[in-house]
Amino acid sequence: MIHSTRRFATIGALGLTAALALSACAADTGGTDGGSGGSGGDELTEVKLQLQWLPQGQFAGYFAAQDQGYFEEAGLDVEIIPSGGDIVPQDALANGDVDYAIAWVPKVLGSIEAGASVTNIAQIFQRSGTLQVAWVDSGIESVADFEGKKIGSWGFGNEWEIFAAMAEEGLDSSTVEIITQDFNMNAFLSGDIDAAQAMTYNEYAQVLETVNPDTGELYTADDLTVISYEETVGAMLQDAIWADTERLESDEGYQETTVAFLKAVIKGWVYAAENPEDAAQITIDAGSGWGPSHELWMVNETNKLIWPAPDGIGYIDEAAFDDTVAAALSAVNESGASLITEEPAEGVWTNEYIEQALAELDEEGVDVFGEGFEPIEVELMEGGN
Amino acid sequence: MTDAAIALTPPRRRARDRGARLRLWGYGLLGIVVLGLIWELYKALGPADGLVIADARILPRTSDLAMPHLWDMASRLAEPVTRADGARPLWLEIVLAASLTLGIAAAGWVVGVVVGIALALVMQRWRLAESAMLPWIVLSQTVPLIAFAPLVRSWGSRIEIGAFEWQDWMSVAVIASYLAFFPVAVGALRGLQAPDAIHLELLRTYSVGWWATLRSVRLPAAVPYLLPALRLAAANAVVGAIVAEVSTGLQGGIGRLIIQYAGQASGDPAKAWAPIAGAVALGLIAAGSVAILGLIFRNYRRAEATP
Repeated sequence: MIHSTRRFATIGALGLTAALALSACAADTGGTDGGSGGSGGDELTEVKLQLQWLPQGQFAGYFAAQDQGYFEEAGLDVEIIPSGGDIVPQDALANGDVDYAIAWVPKVLGSIEAGASVTNIAQIFQRSGTLQVAWVDSGIESVADFEGKKIGSWGFGNEWEIFAAMAEEGLDSSTVEIITQDFNMNAFLSGDIDAAQAMTYNEYAQVLETVNPDTGELYTADDLTVISYEETVGAMLQDAIWADTERLESDEGYQETTVAFLKAVIKGWVYAAENPEDAAQITIDAGSGWGPSHELWMVNETNKLIWPAPDGIGYIDEAAFDDTVAAALSAVNESGASLITEEPAEGVWTNEYIEQALAELDEEGVDVFGEGFEPIEVELMEGGN
Repeated sequence: MTDAAIALTPPRRRARDRGARLRLWGYGLLGIVVLGLIWELYKALGPADGLVIADARILPRTSDLAMPHLWDMASRLAEPVTRADGARPLWLEIVLAASLTLGIAAAGWVVGVVVGIALALVMQRWRLAESAMLPWIVLSQTVPLIAFAPLVRSWGSRIEIGAFEWQDWMSVAVIASYLAFFPVAVGALRGLQAPDAIHLELLRTYSVGWWATLRSVRLPAAVPYLLPALRLAAANAVVGAIVAEVSTGLQGGIGRLIIQYAGQASGDPAKAWAPIAGAVALGLIAAGSVAILGLIFRNYRRAEATP
């Protein structure tokens, strides 16, 4: 008796599971046909954009495009997804979790060699924003002076410019002591690092908004020697927009969406260039935790990496891309590993979509070159406040 | 405790109980004060450059950058987060973020407890299931979170059933539950297997079924094992939620604030400690809430065992 009821219960449970599974499937097939349907009807096309870090001024253009309704005008419903430490944008893109991703070129080159199939469709940052910052009395004036020093780096693929620049000077990673840096500049301020890695738009400002305990005033640019990788052959291309290679080739809806998306993004960056204060406020509202002066500094410095854009914002300069590949090939890190071992195949970048977007915007009268761009002066307050 | 039980307890013992509890709170408070004193004493008397032996830092520096004064941290809590208009005071921001994380951790805890107990029941019921599943359950905890978190988010982003759409916080809750279910599964299994053979055999001679045996003997016997397991699960769920927030980039929680304010630690050292204190408080609250469960089940807590 007990046995038969138990068997009955088992059958019942099985039946219930099957029913649930079936209904889930049915609902699934009903829900996924929207996908990447282009901007045909009045329906907005859903687009997911993966950032490479938390919301901050570095991504002001995307948030401005969102806030100013440029995405919506283009027929897009864009979800901007921030990343924490472990979400790798190009991996999320290659896995099909998102439609577009923002990532540094050298990091993606490594992923492409490992099998990811993604394509650079717009080189938003035309210049490298990476610095190596040392105290003015440290005797470090250039990359050649790194020998025997304690050099800071964040790792996680942010270190390749250092090694590429060192390779050009005939230094390899064994000639310096690489110290992994934290999210802040404390190791540099405490003297654990002789020359610290810093982005113009973030960590450099962190030093300048810290009180010098000797003087009681904020540190100034005069206290620091700044080596800009942009002026070395180690310079690599940074924030670019990446798209799914296969979908670009085969999915017409995705191709249309790509042009519409790029047009809206460009308008966002134009807005950020013309209204840095508003753009900073937009990123703060989008969840950036920086203080107002730090945020404004960040937007302003990011603008400097984009504008002026002689070929039009986002246009991929073949020579610069090849330089990045060459630098990536030459760089060897402290554990003897190379970023890439051979040149990436054709199709790793394309100007097809950005050219179309630029041409259409130019016709609409949008200034996509920013020839007259003038950065503003930003005064940093203590703690970035 | 029922009214009848209270009536049966002699008044003197009740007073003694209350005294003991007060003393416990006192000791707890004293511990915090001592910790604070050690912090400030070390800051005042410790070597300014800390202590480094063979390139390994043994003691931290005592600078304001590395170890802000406790009163600086406290006064920073009262100031607004940033100079921006409408910025909330730092303590409020921390409380809001901590409550979000607490909610997610609680969801993860509930799922973890349900799954853990279900697994334990299955393993207790069928010996074969125990041999088949227990090694995997142990193995599951060796998967590093940093590898696991992006996967969960990636899977989650594909789930869309009818009107139900997977939310980012659910990924975090799943990861929290992944850490929480383990102590519950192991503890509950130990507890369910805890009754003396003589009791089980007695019921068997009465030809009592598995469910009835479970209800009258096994579950009551499992309580002393389950309570510490639930407390562990609560702490694990909080840790899991915080780490998963950082991992997946979820906005608004305490894990996110820890990362965000760590970036501001150079110019505003005291600020970076606020979310850390918040996370500690969160863990205490979570583990403390489980103590309430202990009160409900106090009749079954004859001897508390650790799994």
